Amino acid sequence: MSAARYAVGIDLGTTHCVMSAVDLTQDESEQVVQQMVAIPQLTGPGSVEDRLLLPSFLYLPHPDELAPNDLTLPWGTQPPFVVGELARNLGSRTPIRLVSSAKSWLCHPGVDRRASILPVEAPPEVPQVSPLQASIHYLEHLRQAWDHQYPDAPLLEQEVTITVPASFDPAARELTDEAAAAVGFGHRTLLEEPQAALYSWILASEGGWRKQVEVGDIILVIDLGGGTTDLSLIVVTERDGSLELNRVAVGDHILLGGDNMDLALAHLVRTKLAGQNISLDLWQLQALTHGCRTAKEAMLTDPAIDTMPVVVPSRGSRLIGGTIRTELTREEVTHTLVEGFFPWVDASARPASRARTALTKLGLPYAQDAGITRHLAAFLGRQTHATEALAGFVTLPPNASFLHPTAVLLNGGVFKAPLLAERTLEMLNAWLQAEGSPPARLLEGADLDLAVARGAAYYGYVRRGRGVRIRGGTAKAYYVGIESAMPAVPGMEPPLQALCIAPFGMEEGTDAALPSQEVGLVVGEPVRFRFFGSSVRREDRVGSVLEQWSPEEVEELEEIEANLPAEGRTSGEVVPVRLHAAVTEVGTLRLEAIPREGHETWKVEFDVRGQE
Amino acid sequence: MTEPKFSFFARLLLALQAFWRTLGDPAFAAGVARLSQGALPAPAAEARPGLRQMAPESALQLLSLLQQEGRFIDFLQENVSAYADAEIGGAARVVHEGCRKALHACLDIVPVRTEAEGSRLTLPAGFDPAATRLTGNVVGQPPFTGTLMHRGWQVTAIKLPQLAEGHNVKILAPAEVEL
Repeated sequence: MSAARYAVGIDLGTTHCVMSAVDLTQDESEQVVQQMVAIPQLTGPGSVEDRLLLPSFLYLPHPDELAPNDLTLPWGTQPPFVVGELARNLGSRTPIRLVSSAKSWLCHPGVDRRASILPVEAPPEVPQVSPLQASIHYLEHLRQAWDHQYPDAPLLEQEVTITVPASFDPAARELTDEAAAAVGFGHRTLLEEPQAALYSWILASEGGWRKQVEVGDIILVIDLGGGTTDLSLIVVTERDGSLELNRVAVGDHILLGGDNMDLALAHLVRTKLAGQNISLDLWQLQALTHGCRTAKEAMLTDPAIDTMPVVVPSRGSRLIGGTIRTELTREEVTHTLVEGFFPWVDASARPASRARTALTKLGLPYAQDAGITRHLAAFLGRQTHATEALAGFVTLPPNASFLHPTAVLLNGGVFKAPLLAERTLEMLNAWLQAEGSPPARLLEGADLDLAVARGAAYYGYVRRGRGVRIRGGTAKAYYVGIESAMPAVPGMEPPLQALCIAPFGMEEGTDAALPSQEVGLVVGEPVRFRFFGSSVRREDRVGSVLEQWSPEEVEELEEIEANLPAEGRTSGEVVPVRLHAAVTEVGTLRLEAIPREGHETWKVEFDVRGQE
Repeated sequence: MTEPKFSFFARLLLALQAFWRTLGDPAFAAGVARLSQGALPAPAAEARPGLRQMAPESALQLLSLLQQEGRFIDFLQENVSAYADAEIGGAARVVHEGCRKALHACLDIVPVRTEAEGSRLTLPAGFDPAATRLTGNVVGQPPFTGTLMHRGWQVTAIKLPQLAEGHNVKILAPAEVEL
């Protein structure tokens, strides 16, 4: 363990970054002292403010756009780019120079994440950055913000926990770690965001959480952020008389969040205005989206408001003459948000997915079905058997068609609207009632915006053996595709088998066994393997071979690639190796190729260059 | 004399207070200058009542924020007599929402008196006449009893953004040219 003074939690979010700290030097008997860390940032040219949220936006200004002094940060640097509130602000008028949602790009299998591709729409003269580089800029800003306020305890020497979506695949986790390593974090760990939210709830309960849950509880965490929906199931068990928490399942990566809702309302209003022959330009649409968000928040928190005016100011200095005024009614908001994003569906409903067209435009793979309840139903349905290994703790009705949660923790800004939180709970409870289970209860006291950073800071404290730790390990089993030895049939691809190399639930700092099967690597040439993950096959061990599987059960991930250096070998020679998996202390999956003879090992890389 | 130990935030607060007073108060600034040259603060000279011009920087900065968030200058510079009330009302929402946000981001504003307006209250001797103004039949000796006509407003905290060296505060809103 390091001699760190603080455990620092960093919520490296799609739309915002937040930082929190727990003092590690305090006495164990005392209350945990947790604090939010202000993040000074440019809020206007030459104007710096302390904010708790750092918008995850990077703006690449034209050399003539801002004077060097306009970029001065409190720690005396003048970087040639802007991070935070001002970046978002400038980007709303000049989107071709704005990098946003870098985190979603980090786990986009279709692109090379180390290549300079952002902003996507940038003209040739704008110096683009890679999704990885954008993440490095955000982390670097946070480091400088911290060091400015805690000069005696540099961030690189502290115990840092960076959160990632539970649904991040191994490659995206490794890229996040790579960004943290590039900034220089010496003691870093990754933590899944829904777990961080639960840690925050535990911290906020000041020990009272043990009275709010009991053995056998299945806690469903729904984290609905600005850009993503992240789902996890955490089960309460008992060991040696004390309660334990086990994260048993995580959901798919769903690019659907609060921003989609504001946009949906803005489009509704735009259509309404188009009916009055009023058309809006890009700037006005931004202003309209902002106006709709304000109206939505007001209406969803106060049931007495039936209509809210939405005003789009003119861009010029003539404010009164050029302002467009319209209204958003409660009916429209309820219909668009509740019916559109939280439709009332059966537990058997599944999200509609259109077949991917061969030529997709370069863009983020947004969820094709906006129905969050359908994504939720699919997740619970797929995880019906998630708790079977915990028999004795958890019992489901014999004919359950989905896993029955007993408690729900909601996280993310969307749930600030009581209407949407209630709707989610009502939907879940309707499903439960239909299968004869008691309703799930809402875990109270969650802090929707800051919970993830708080929980991450608390996790650094928990890792020192204080307080309860959520167990779980990897939420998937991993497989490599191998071609089965069969006589070649012209015009037919040899059937593919999947060899399990990492079982479900590998904990940090553990190694998987070596599979007995070998694969051949060609010396001096990169060899690529198809790579698969399953979030439901909990029983497979290293060496298990799947002959066939359904896409529901096993999903294909990005390829992995092994590169055998030619030293001491003949180029083109085939070397039999075994593939070995380990989970690092940081929390990333590491794959190695181990040859039959000799003691060398070679790292097997996740291919993050995207499909050509 | 033992020096008190200041925490970081106490130092930050002190630095900010000193910053504003140095900007606005020439006598204080002279004291700071002497202190930074290593001299102990001179004993305060017998001050004559005087008037001073406030430094305009923070006023201009606040105006700029009100314009940026709430189109404040645009609104005041427009000739409202040419428009119907409904049109002015629409624009007023933009101004109200934005200026309110900007104001609350920079200043913590609370009423001077917590009593309800219209209620009777008594002012003891030694009340602060700057915080509570007497009107009407102002005769006799304190304690004074009267009706609260307006609660008053006061600022309890100031959190203006820091400005870069050489930042031109006279530009309240830059002209925008779209290419």
